[in-house]
Amino acid sequence: MKFGVIVFPGSNCDHDAYHVISKHVGQPVDFIWHRDTDLSSYDALIIPGGFSYGDYLRAGALASFSPVMNSVKKFAAQDKLVLGICNGFQILCEAGLLPGALIRNRELHFICEHVNVRVESTNTPFTHELRTGNVLTMPIAHAEGNYVCDDATLAELQRDDRIIFRYSDAAGLVSDATNVNGSRDNIAGICSRGRNVMGLMPHPERACEDSLGSSDGRAVFHSLAGALAAAAA
Amino acid sequence: MKAKVYVTLKPSVLDPQGKAIKHSVELLGYAGIDDVRQGKYFEIALDDKLAEDAAREEATRMAREVLSNPIIEDFRVEIVQ
Repeated sequence: MKFGVIVFPGSNCDHDAYHVISKHVGQPVDFIWHRDTDLSSYDALIIPGGFSYGDYLRAGALASFSPVMNSVKKFAAQDKLVLGICNGFQILCEAGLLPGALIRNRELHFICEHVNVRVESTNTPFTHELRTGNVLTMPIAHAEGNYVCDDATLAELQRDDRIIFRYSDAAGLVSDATNVNGSRDNIAGICSRGRNVMGLMPHPERACEDSLGSSDGRAVFHSLAGALAAAAA
Repeated sequence: MKAKVYVTLKPSVLDPQGKAIKHSVELLGYAGIDDVRQGKYFEIALDDKLAEDAAREEATRMAREVLSNPIIEDFRVEIVQ
């Protein structure tokens, strides 16, 4: 199974993602420059965190117009796996591969800290090895992580079990007090209708080693690798 | 010829920056300010040879596809000779 980490000018968590796939998942992984459009040799793509195009115009907006994103849309339409982390989540929303948008945090501050998220759905290739109600501790580092969507979209996400993570406390309690950035319904991560595209604001790729504060993120990559292995079998 | 594009957050979208500005303005003593909302303004210099209709269409398409995110923003286009 081959992974690709897409790199835009300004991406800065590309190396973390590459390291996790290479060292922890132990699979071949390439960096893909945003001008490259041939994704035929990949089984899964990661759109990493950072400040692509300096967050100019809107976070993720200019990256969503990069040549590689047309190929990513076709890739996703073929039911292949795409994981968008932080800026990657913003890019997926701007590209229309996920619904809704990420706007400025409610309290305006750039938040850089470990938070807890509750696993709301294990019905995705990215979370199938977890259990609903599990709490993962992962770092967030963003100023535009406030997830918004209209009422119809929220209803659809809830009805179809497409809210994957919610901001919670350590015990898994989800409340306004645990809503770090004001996101609608405490949403920290969602998946597409086809369930093959997931976006989340926390950084699982920065939570794979205890020395960095938490290794809870490993389960996401284990699930991803497991899903690819099962598909290949 | 210029296209002036105004992009504003939809009324239903939270604008914490606008709120912060309102708070600061009130601290400075301005009275009677009910609300402040922050938007974006773009100026696009267009070829004078373009017909006004064509210019408006181009600018509108740019506003819809690039300059604004229709999920959270509205826009308005003005063409100025």
